[in-house]
Amino acid sequence: MKSIQNIKILTLTAAIALSALSCTNLGDDMTNNPTPIDFSGTYSQEDQMGRPAVNTVFTSGENKDLFNVTIPSEQNAAFQSMFQTNLEALSPAYSQPGDQNALGLDAAAFTGVLATDVLNVSLDGTTTFYDGTNVLTGRALNDDVITVELLLIFGGEDFTENPGLSDDHVDMNDKAFLTSFPYLASPW
Amino acid sequence: MKKFKILIGLGITAVAGFFMVAADHIDAPAVQGGSSDITDFYAFQGENTSNLVFVANVQGLLSPAKTGDAAFDENVMVEFNIDNTGDNIEDLVIQAIPRDGKMYFFGPVAPSQTGLNSVIENTATNAGVVAITPYGSEAIVSSYGGMQFFAGPRDDPFFMDFARYSEIIGGMASSFNNPGSDTFAGTNVMSIVVEVPKAMIGGSGTINTWVESKRK
Repeated sequence: MKSIQNIKILTLTAAIALSALSCTNLGDDMTNNPTPIDFSGTYSQEDQMGRPAVNTVFTSGENKDLFNVTIPSEQNAAFQSMFQTNLEALSPAYSQPGDQNALGLDAAAFTGVLATDVLNVSLDGTTTFYDGTNVLTGRALNDDVITVELLLIFGGEDFTENPGLSDDHVDMNDKAFLTSFPYLASPW
Repeated sequence: MKKFKILIGLGITAVAGFFMVAADHIDAPAVQGGSSDITDFYAFQGENTSNLVFVANVQGLLSPAKTGDAAFDENVMVEFNIDNTGDNIEDLVIQAIPRDGKMYFFGPVAPSQTGLNSVIENTATNAGVVAITPYGSEAIVSSYGGMQFFAGPRDDPFFMDFARYSEIIGGMASSFNNPGSDTFAGTNVMSIVVEVPKAMIGGSGTINTWVESKRK
């Protein structure tokens, strides 16, 4: 709870330090191309995503497309109420006054975080969805995000409620990730 | 438990059958199964801890037999959005757009317009290009100005017992199995990976970030 509140409260005044790199080899690549590459036109949004599974789990069917074309700064006003209704239906304990998850968030507060579907990422250290200590400081490849979300939905104040629903018992990927770029495992 | 089953009425898995919706795979009718369908988004500190890595995956659930034919759509731009002022409006974008077997990257750059409609910021100072790795080849990567780039098929890094989740939501099961079964095992996605110096996106503090697919 504290971490999430801190993240929300944070006033970020980081200076945008766009590095003053001059031309890269990209310029050569483009100018050597016999026909100029056409990058013209307007590109219109079709899908978007911040945190895993948010649109899938919390948006009612008829609104899933709308969620994908609502900019994040307008998502809370448009969807928080729906998210809360759906959360309370999915995990009825949340509909009791005062009921909270292990982050200390009640239904309104939890869905208030989720409805703005952006991933909060720390530039100062550990980046993880949740590792037992750090909360919402990024999303690493091996983070068990589904179990984290199931625990926050079903696990109650101390992660002990509804044990049959709060862990899918798939704890890692089917291929090992790489320690170096591009990090993702080769395809099957 | 009763209310858990009521979910069906909420339309989460509205139609009978096996709905493959997970992290963001096939999350909504307009995009599901198409070239703009984002399956997942990751952002994490790089091997070089001065860098941050962004990963966007599209076109999920590719079987090995289908992966060789999968391709990025030249009409679909994938855009990483970075808000470093706390208002959930993008201050910087990194755009990825394929042309003729290569993926071009523009940014981090302040976009000329924010929101649902974008133009390609192809005059950005920060830019790069990488050959799209063919299926079956070693990963082709490139570096420009301290950034690294990759585009091509990879194993889907997402893992979940989605089949059992669907059974629970559908009222056909009351709990997960232990051990569970990874519904995404053995499937591939089309991946875009870009690693950038943190100094290019704010340097320190917390950013809010999300990924979008946009079609011309």
